[in-house]
Amino acid sequence: MLGTLASAGGGVTVGEIVETLLLRTGFNTRMVIAGTTLLGIASGVVGAFAMLRKRSLMTDALSHATLPGIALAFLFAPVFGLASRSLAVLLIGATVTGVLGVLCVQAILRLTRLQEDAAIGIVLSVFFGAGVVALSYVQVNAPSGSAGLNAFIFGQAATMQARDVMLMAVLASGALIASIALFKEFTLVCFNDSFARVDGWPVSAIDLAMMAMVVLVTVAGLQAVGLILVVALLIVPPVAARFWTERLWLLVVLSALFGGASGYLGAAISALLPRMPAGAVIVLTAGVAFGVSMLFAPSRGVVAGALRRLRLRLRIASDHVLEAAHDAGADRIERVTMREIADLHGWSAWFAWVVRRWLIGARMATGTRDGIVLQERGRRRGRQVSRNHALWEQYLVSYADIAPSHVDWSVDLVEHVLSEELIRDLEKKLAQRGEALPSGSGVTA
Amino acid sequence: MKRRTKASAAAGSGQSNLAELPEHSSDSPLSIHAMTVAYDKKPVLWDVDYDAPRNRLIAIVGPNGAGKSTLIKACLGLVSRASGEVEFWGENYREVRSRIGYVPQRESVDWDFPVSALDVVCMGRYRRIGWCRPVSKRHRQVSLECLERVGMRDYANRQISQLSGGQQQRVFLARALAQEAELYFMDEPFAGVDAATERAIVEVLRELKSRGKTVIVVHHDLQTVPEYFDDVILLNMRVVASGPVEDVFTRDNLHKTYGGRLTLLSEAAEAVARAASGRK
Repeated sequence: MLGTLASAGGGVTVGEIVETLLLRTGFNTRMVIAGTTLLGIASGVVGAFAMLRKRSLMTDALSHATLPGIALAFLFAPVFGLASRSLAVLLIGATVTGVLGVLCVQAILRLTRLQEDAAIGIVLSVFFGAGVVALSYVQVNAPSGSAGLNAFIFGQAATMQARDVMLMAVLASGALIASIALFKEFTLVCFNDSFARVDGWPVSAIDLAMMAMVVLVTVAGLQAVGLILVVALLIVPPVAARFWTERLWLLVVLSALFGGASGYLGAAISALLPRMPAGAVIVLTAGVAFGVSMLFAPSRGVVAGALRRLRLRLRIASDHVLEAAHDAGADRIERVTMREIADLHGWSAWFAWVVRRWLIGARMATGTRDGIVLQERGRRRGRQVSRNHALWEQYLVSYADIAPSHVDWSVDLVEHVLSEELIRDLEKKLAQRGEALPSGSGVTA
Repeated sequence: MKRRTKASAAAGSGQSNLAELPEHSSDSPLSIHAMTVAYDKKPVLWDVDYDAPRNRLIAIVGPNGAGKSTLIKACLGLVSRASGEVEFWGENYREVRSRIGYVPQRESVDWDFPVSALDVVCMGRYRRIGWCRPVSKRHRQVSLECLERVGMRDYANRQISQLSGGQQQRVFLARALAQEAELYFMDEPFAGVDAATERAIVEVLRELKSRGKTVIVVHHDLQTVPEYFDDVILLNMRVVASGPVEDVFTRDNLHKTYGGRLTLLSEAAEAVARAASGRK
């Protein structure tokens, strides 16, 4: 990847890349990289709460709604005797229309029957359209110095001035510190706002504070990341982090980490390749973090989930084989019998082969040339599954009033997942009715 | 006074002494006066008058859509009232909310939230802890004890999505215990729970009563009302009857609550709603 980047940049050497990544570069570049990293960390933390409050998309409306504010601030700053190119002035304009956009979404939701997605879509596109119109007006009528305004759309980290970076860093750290201070309050409102209200917390004010943090981060990131993609810094890192953990503080830390890494890499690459929009690189980095998390995170990841389902399926399939062997009183399962079992359950030849390997791998059986021979473990499991089957069947017939002829189907699924506790319960229930229990004991393997 | 008489007439014999109670009884943990609640202009509760007796376990009972949850939400200010007043110990809700505990409906939150059972119970301590300060060891200890009281101590560190519905309900109950309130509102705590949870909740209710607390519970199982509760509010868009279970929980009153006598009231509500949306 580094090689391709180097060639795309036309003359960026590996040495330069390493130097940039290690911050052994000019003062300005170092500032930009550090500032954008801080921005990424702050938006990771703020974004985690936006996600938990299910407000992620609202941030999109907010960021798009900043554009008209930027253009208007540029246009009207001289009227108030301010320098129209001052970043602070532009960001104040961005804040005003951004917040106005969010208020419009709220108003639409309150006054009409539209759903949130529609309201956000309307506000987002109309405000952005207004921004584009205002921007082109500015560029036609006040061309001097207005060229830089386009940078706010896609972001231009590399050309930021030290002073602008400082402003970004101050805003981002403000949001970061406030979010950490209000961690407990944000958590409460995100989890259960009605309880929070009854408990005496000013839920609207806390919500407002949360939104204010989003505004701070968004506005801070406008110049470096650009208004179209800054929202991704708020949305993607927390969603990626959610795959890895069930602990809130860890979620927030991971989200900050992903956000920080995205900001760092994005700004560094953008410093190397000045024509590459920083926002795009930052979002791509975050996107990679998301993709890896979605696929490979333990427990919540896609691969882990597929493996879990496969394992369960295999366990049930091998249970079927063991139970069939037990019921037939056989220790040896011939290839032909195995095929019959496979046909009965609709297994493909491939899956039947995997089941056979699984049984051998779990030391339930040993493989022979023309089939498998059960081992003690396998025999025991077969006995147990068969008994579970009988127990559950008996329970359904005597407690749930299900006709015996209809019982088999549900039993086939349940018998494999009965826990020790459930089996004891079943035994107790059946014994209470004075019914004879199926013979054998040894609840688990 | 006219309104009170009307209400007690509707309530039947069990409540005939209510009319003599003073308007603002500071003794009562909860006094509702002439409260009407509407959702989107459609009235769901009409003209509710009620005074809760102290240190009793009180069930709110009524058919689906009778406004049971709405009644407690309106008392707590979670839904706005169209008219009427609610007082707690004769005072405004704002003054006394530290003495009020709340168990919301289990479905009202996303249980796939990245917190543990203990974290949720600690939320009941937040108002004692105050702004911007972390949960200290002492509060964590109290929360653990609350989990113990509902038989969930072993699950303290379990992520809440991994708990069964009944266990989640017990976590909510433990959080309310952690609030250390005097008056509790519980919204359908018995809905869809297992036998062990039901026993645990009943035990907690009795313990709360023995400690002098008042508990108001939205309840849906008529069979268990006489066994679990001292008082009952029979609700169907209005208070049909209220008072001690032995006086009020009669076949006649239940028939009034669940029978088809309220068609006029709900039709009127529909008409109001239609008119409101037509005007829009």
